[in-house]
Formats: sequence, C-alpha cells, structure tokens
Amino acid sequence: MSEVKKIATRESYGKTLAELGAEDPRIVVLDADLSGSTKTAVFGKAFPDRFFNCGIAEANMISIAAGLAAAGMIPFASSFAMFAAGRAYEQIRNSIGYPHLNVKIGASHGGITVGEDGASHQCLEDIAIMRSIPGMVIMCPADDVEARACVRAAAKYDGPVYMRFGRAAVPVVFPEDYKFEIGKGAILREGTDVSIIANGLCINSAFEAAELLAADGISAEIVNICTVKPLDEELVIKTATKTGRVVTAEEHSIIGGLGSAVAECLAEKCPTKMYRIGVRDRFGESGPAMDLMHLFELDGEGVYKQVKAFLEA
Amino acid sequence: MNMQELQKIANQVRKDIIIEVFHAKAGHPGGSLSAAEIFTWLYFEEMNIDPSRLDDPDRDRFVLSKGHACPGLYGAMCERGYFDREELKTFRHIGTRLQGHPSMRNLPGVDMSTGSLGQGISAAVGMALAARVNGRKYRTYTLLGDGELQEGQVWEAAMFAGAKKLDNLCVIVDNNNLQIDGAIDKVNSPYPIDQKFEAFNFHVLHADGHDFESLAGAFSRAREIKGQPTVIICRTIKGKGVSFMENVAGWHGKAPNAEEYKIAMEDLERIGETL
Repeated sequence: MSEVKKIATRESYGKTLAELGAEDPRIVVLDADLSGSTKTAVFGKAFPDRFFNCGIAEANMISIAAGLAAAGMIPFASSFAMFAAGRAYEQIRNSIGYPHLNVKIGASHGGITVGEDGASHQCLEDIAIMRSIPGMVIMCPADDVEARACVRAAAKYDGPVYMRFGRAAVPVVFPEDYKFEIGKGAILREGTDVSIIANGLCINSAFEAAELLAADGISAEIVNICTVKPLDEELVIKTATKTGRVVTAEEHSIIGGLGSAVAECLAEKCPTKMYRIGVRDRFGESGPAMDLMHLFELDGEGVYKQVKAFLEA
Repeated sequence: MNMQELQKIANQVRKDIIIEVFHAKAGHPGGSLSAAEIFTWLYFEEMNIDPSRLDDPDRDRFVLSKGHACPGLYGAMCERGYFDREELKTFRHIGTRLQGHPSMRNLPGVDMSTGSLGQGISAAVGMALAARVNGRKYRTYTLLGDGELQEGQVWEAAMFAGAKKLDNLCVIVDNNNLQIDGAIDKVNSPYPIDQKFEAFNFHVLHADGHDFESLAGAFSRAREIKGQPTVIICRTIKGKGVSFMENVAGWHGKAPNAEEYKIAMEDLERIGETL
C-alpha cells in the first residue's frame, strides 16, 4: 500500500476544529502546551479569542472545559492521551462525566506509535479508563477521513466524548463519501472463517493480514468498531454468529479496551471463541513507530500470525 | 436588606444545616456553619439571580468548590426560594435532589457539580472565561475551603485566572483554620494565603466572615477591581453558632444525635432571639 496517501489523525483533528470554529461560535479549544503536536494550534491561529492555552496543567484545563460547557460553550480540550485520560482522569470523571457536560476530549499521541518518546508517553490504557466512566462516548478513528467525521459528529453530539488520535501518519483507507455515525460499526470486508474486529491503526493491519490469510485459503471478515462506547453490539453479534471465530486488534492494552468490550458483549450474549490482539499487559518502549508495531505484533504480519495461531489452536 | 435581616436569615440557614445533617444522620456541619453568612450574602445581596429564571444566561454563577459544605448552600437556596424548607429533610436520602455533594443534574439552580476538592475553582474559571468570550456581564463566585488550598489544582487555576486577568472572577476562602485531621497549619500549612494569591496576580481582600458589614465592604470592593481576579479571605469559625461544634475539627463530617440536635437548635434559637 506504498502509494496510498498517509495522514496522521491528529492533523485531521486540528483541521476539522478550524472548520468547525467558523461554523459555530460556541466552539472553543483548550490545550496544555502541546498545541503544535495535538494540532489545535491550527484552530488557535484562526480563532485566537476562542483558544486557551492552559500551560502544562491538564487537571485545570479539563475542569475549565467543564465550566465553559456549563456556561453553554462546546469546548474541545486537548493533550496527549497519557495526560488527558491519565493525569486528568478524576477531573474528567467528576467535572465532566458525572454532570454529563458537553466537553470533547481530543487526545492525541495515543498508543505505541508515539514511538521514540517511549513508555512514559505511550498511553495504552486510555480507552480502558474512559470506558469505565458512565455516559462517555469513545471514538478511535482509523484514518483521516474517519477522524474528520468523528470530530464533526462529536461537535454535534450533546455530551462528553473522548477521541483518540495518533501521532504517526497512517494510510487513508476510507473513501471521501464515507458515512460515519456514533455507535455504528461497519463490515469493511466480507469473510466467512474469522472476524477481525479492529479500530484505529489496526484497521490497516487487519487489511494486510486478511490478504495474507486469503493466500492461505482463510476468509477473514474485517469489522471496524471506531466507537468503542457505545459498542455496536448488534454488529459484533452478527459477525460472531456468521464466522464463529472473533479476533480483536487494537493499539491498546488487551485489558479494558476494544477487546474487552467485545469479549464482555460476546460472553454475555453470544459466547464465541475469541482472541484479543493488543499490548499484552506490559509497558511500551522507545523506537520508530512502525518498528514498534512490528515488535508488538500489531502490524499486518503480526496480526496475521496471531490470527493463524488462534485458528490452529 | 438591612444587616439585622441578613443575620436572621444566616441564623435560619444554620438551623437548616442542623436539620439537614440530623435527618440525614450524615453530612458536614462544621464547614457549612462557618460559611452561613457567606452563603447568605451571596444569595440575598451579592448575586444577580432569580429562582424563577434558572437558565438565564446572564445570571451570576456560584461554584461551591468546597462541595461538602452543601448543607449551607441548600439552606441558603431554600431560604431564597429555590425549593421548600421541607425538602431539606431529604438531604442524602435515596432519590433526593439534595445529594451528599452538589449535583447540577439533580438540583436545578446548582451551577456546577462539585465535591472533589480543587476542581470547582477551575470550573468557575471556565465560566468566567465563557463570559469574556460571549461578552456577558455576569460575575462568577466560588467558595473554597482553606484546607482545599492544599490541592495543587487550586494553584493551577489561580495561575491561569491571574495570568488571564479574569476580573469577573471572585474567589472566596472560608478560612476556619480546621480540616479533617486538625488545624490546617499543623497538617500542611497553606499560610500565608494572602501572599500566595498575590503572587498569582490576585487582588487580595480580607473580611470577617461572620460580619455582614465586613462582607459588604469586601464584596463591594471586589466588584470595583479591574484587570485582576479577586480573592476574599474570610476569617471564620468552624461550627459557628453551635456551642459544642465551634472550633472542633471532629464536627467536620459528623451528624448530631437527638440530644445534640436539641442543644444545637436551642443554641440557634437563643441567638435568633438576640437578633
């Protein structure tokens, strides 16, 4: 897929925020000294009066966003996933989640592809933490097209939303006319032997793995679950019933993220043999993003190998 | 409203506090009683509010950052006409609008859900910021405990408010000098409170938190300050008005039994007769 256009989803975030700023005066954006990296600076340049750099103080930023929302604004608060979901967890839980305020958290640099900065900055737990907050919508877009759609959907939706964006440039997999809806997944490739339910960067890995599996005579169905919460249970059950084997793939800990959400759904409603591909209860480490994807077996080859091993077990 | 009328209301708010925690068999009387005059001043004199127009975008905002003192907030709101006094007895009961810490989704008129210390002041900063963005004239008030000043987030918020010159923000500190584990300067001293806020570009005012003349002066001065947020450090007595609760840290989060309830109400009755 070398000729495919590559864009980091954080770029999509900043660009869409700037578009939304022109459309709705209630949109305000906050950052914590990372506006160049989260790409909120694009909005800040266009709308300096509605952009607040809170400095390196994420807890304060999140609670300020809550106050802005309580006063009728639509704040997007941004930092790295580690410092948004991690450091400011309790502020998100109590100041945003509990009063169900209309705050959007745009967390960039999620997952292992933060790369060289290493484990301290590679947040592999954010989806798990956010998923435990009642009423929180969680989206993990796969590419530029989906990321832009997520940001627009978040702005329209009335309530707290957590969005995870990546640092690394990733292939554009969706067509421009892609229709996105919060809470709705999609079958991206029909298959009969195994379902690969993925999101984020692992959608691309799933496509590569499906090609390799096809060469072995295995027909893999690819299901995109961008909205981890609320989970599209109907689609998860549908694909599980169809193939009878489910593998989840995500750039996140296998504990608490997409894999857990799918496992919880299937265990209760449609017990199915499954395997969770993700980071297996360990911290990350330094290295180039795509080398880490390979090391942690989250790239196409890694997903292929793990699906194969699961089917043969 | 004259000072005597305000004193009478504050005394009624104190009775409300005792009624609430007694019927709940739980709650935080000490830090509610210390702020009875502050709540009364805000809800009867200071703030531009109307219980019949809860969603008025131009209303003044109040965030109880020391959310555990909500028996005092509920008392003042009830006396101001937000709900009937009878509802006070539902405090902390199943299904109540008067949650153990303020919940804006449960009780209309509460501007922010609070309870986790340090977060309310930041939310108040957000409300003040929204007024600036929208060109609205409302002011935002937030009441903090002095023990709460130990939370790092308070100073993140103070740094931001000072740097952004939020002169539509008024921070009030209930300086009763006690927290759960004892005297604040023994546990982990936040003193000198005034110099700390000054260093964060606040205009610092002092008041006797139990004297309406003193409160009137400080709040009036605060409204005149331009280009800086203000903080009013109110010297208060924890448990004020109830003889056996005054200056006793143990009454931070404990309800009186039937006998203690009787004594507390008699204390407040006596004070009421002198007004």
